[in-house]
Amino acid sequence: MDQERNCQELAAYLSDYIDDNVEDEALCDEIEEHIHECENCQIVVDTLKKTLYLVHASAEQTVLPSSVRERLYHRLDLEEFISVDDNS
Amino acid sequence: MSEQQKREEDFSLQALKEGDRAEFAKVVETYSEKIYRLALKMLRNQQDAEDTLQETFIKAYHGFKDFKGHSKISTWLYRIATNEALMFLRQKGEPEISIDKQVQVDDGQTYTPTKIVDWCCLPEEELMSSEAMEYLDRAIEQLSEAMRVTFLLRDLEGLSTRETAEVLDISEAAVKTRLSRARMHLRERLSGYYGDALDSLPIETSHQGQDVLEGS
Ligand SMILES: [Zn+2]
Repeated sequence: MDQERNCQELAAYLSDYIDDNVEDEALCDEIEEHIHECENCQIVVDTLKKTLYLVHASAEQTVLPSSVRERLYHRLDLEEFISVDDNS
Repeated sequence: MSEQQKREEDFSLQALKEGDRAEFAKVVETYSEKIYRLALKMLRNQQDAEDTLQETFIKAYHGFKDFKGHSKISTWLYRIATNEALMFLRQKGEPEISIDKQVQVDDGQTYTPTKIVDWCCLPEEELMSSEAMEYLDRAIEQLSEAMRVTFLLRDLEGLSTRETAEVLDISEAAVKTRLSRARMHLRERLSGYYGDALDSLPIETSHQGQDVLEGS
């Protein structure tokens, strides 16, 4: 019972925790200790980190299409400044 | 991040205020991809994202003369872009698929994780399959507008909590709360998705695979 309540309470801080952003040091220690002993919360932390990793990876796949870029420069009347990409 | 900041310091605000086009082109070059990406993930429509991109820089070009320099140029651009994107969403009048309601039910409490599956071990090509990435994009789309924009600024664009708060004109505490709920929600959704993938892994085959790998 006790453990369950703890998992639920601590869940609110896991986002800050993975950002290394829990200001209350005692709380940070408590989370660390809890995760060490609680397999479920360890999994939540790991999968939360992996979720963000996938978001970053997916972001890197999203590039500005050259046609969109050309139309942007045209619309802004900046065509003379459009740089040519090195990668052919 | 530090490279971006360095580049930002390279801009001459004075030149931008005077409408210097070469200087403005440098700003466009630096931020156009970031802003397009934000708009695309926000709106999930290429044409709307392109329109948002163009409108953002048109507004910025004319707005520089009134820019006070209290915030970073990037923060200011993100604010314009965010407002443009939100306007698009409202014009379209799409029924907002919101999980806010669900969150508000236990106001002050947390978004409790229910799906506890360790899917971190899945192979990269499975995690990053186009179907999985599509699923992720849809899960992001289903976040409430407020959570989505906060999440995208922080985790997609890499703005700090303070910068995100500035862009959205909300407190840093509000940024953290929204972000936490958005992240936990996405984790939950992905756990459902990848959990199914784990279930369908043929267990016996993976044991055999271990034997084979032992020599390496
Ligand atoms: Zn726990």
